Amino acid sequence: MRKPLAVFSCAVALFAAAALPAAAAELHVAVAANFSGPLQTLAPLFEKSSGNQLVISSGSSGQLYTQIRQGAPFDLFLSADTDKPKQLENEGLTVPGSRFIYAIGTLVLWSPRPGVVDDQGKVLEAQRYRYIGIANPQTAPYGTAAQQVLSRLNLWDKLNRDKKVVTGENITQTWQFASTGSVDMSFVALSQVLGADGQIAGSSWRVPQSLYDPIEQGAVAVAHGNQQAAAQAFLTWLRTDPSALAVIRAAGYRTAD
Amino acid sequence: MSSADLIAIWISLRLAATTTLLLLLLCAPLAWWLAIGAARWRIVIDAVVSLPLVLPPTVLGFYLLLLLSPHGAVGAALRGLGLPAPAFTFTGLVIGSMLYSLPFAVQPLRDAFQGVGTRALEVAATLRASPWDRFLTVALPLSVRGLLTAAVLSFAHTLGEFGVVLMIGGNIPGRTETASIALFNHAEALDYGAAYHLSLILLAVCFALLLFVYSANRRLRTPGVLV
Repeated sequence: MRKPLAVFSCAVALFAAAALPAAAAELHVAVAANFSGPLQTLAPLFEKSSGNQLVISSGSSGQLYTQIRQGAPFDLFLSADTDKPKQLENEGLTVPGSRFIYAIGTLVLWSPRPGVVDDQGKVLEAQRYRYIGIANPQTAPYGTAAQQVLSRLNLWDKLNRDKKVVTGENITQTWQFASTGSVDMSFVALSQVLGADGQIAGSSWRVPQSLYDPIEQGAVAVAHGNQQAAAQAFLTWLRTDPSALAVIRAAGYRTAD
Repeated sequence: MSSADLIAIWISLRLAATTTLLLLLLCAPLAWWLAIGAARWRIVIDAVVSLPLVLPPTVLGFYLLLLLSPHGAVGAALRGLGLPAPAFTFTGLVIGSMLYSLPFAVQPLRDAFQGVGTRALEVAATLRASPWDRFLTVALPLSVRGLLTAAVLSFAHTLGEFGVVLMIGGNIPGRTETASIALFNHAEALDYGAAYHLSLILLAVCFALLLFVYSANRRLRTPGVLV
């Protein structure tokens, strides 16, 4: 009877003790879910070089865009596409001149099992598979790219007629389809499947850039942020610092030259 | 277990406790009125109370965001009064959660009040108990289990809520990032280890709480309840 109460009080005391110490300058960053991992790696590097801390909120680009339009207290927005930063800029909600492309994604056709996907993507045309996973082309940039690839290979209509295309809500769900074996293979982001050793487990095909439009991710400083100088400093650091660029590339992205 | 996750759990517990307390205070009179009231349009209110069950949480959160943000109707009005807009703050989370969990508080209470029936209340009335007195000293004590059910459901439902708090809170660590959002973030980042840890702790905490409440509930079984 009293035990759960005691456990609960202990837990409460523990949580209270774990409260973070207040930091000097905090930059609130709204980041697209697909880049939150690399940003977690970048945060301590930036803190070391500038003394400023990053407070990271991740979500879908659309949700973050809506929240910024509604006055959410973010200083920076790292989107998964270029449209939403551009739209914010058109609406006068960004710091003029702050927008740039911080990462370019690579599309990969991937299966967790070896020997399923060949490195030329011939498996697509052979069509000896039940299901192929792609992200929602309407909302996810990697989904749009996957649709372009299948269209340019003249497979889109046929695969849809045969009901072979399974659509994930976002690129994470699409990865999960393949990783759980629910589909034979999925179009995913290189950043999702690239191991720390620079290798991809299973089998994969890095889709040639000629088959899809570049998946560019844009960043901006938010106009109503109250740390504009520090925010601009972060964007400059993200664009030019060699260690920052190295982290982005190691995570499976290209950077604008 | 990172300190950020611990803080997220703490925020969730605080949110669920605050929401439950406020909901019970607000819903007891409302449910009472729904249970005994005779007004024709009572059924309309009854239906409205259940609406949060119908709307997808993210949609509910989106509308709340439009209302409560610094640019929204309510948010702007509050700012005019020198108060902060509720969106992206803990207060905003509480407002959103109260709306989201409203049916879970009202319905068990309403049913419990109805279960009390009119006899006990009429007897009390013949003993010159005022309507307020009848509510506080007869109906409420006889409905204590309904009260408990309402509390448990509101608490658990708020703890597990995701869409509304994500939209209206903005997922700001240390301020509006709840455990369920932190969990989602881990899963989105494919960090399944951290996600497992967090869900395990969340489940353990809730299980302990529910066990505590239900064991209390058994002792609260009121003898001689009129059926």
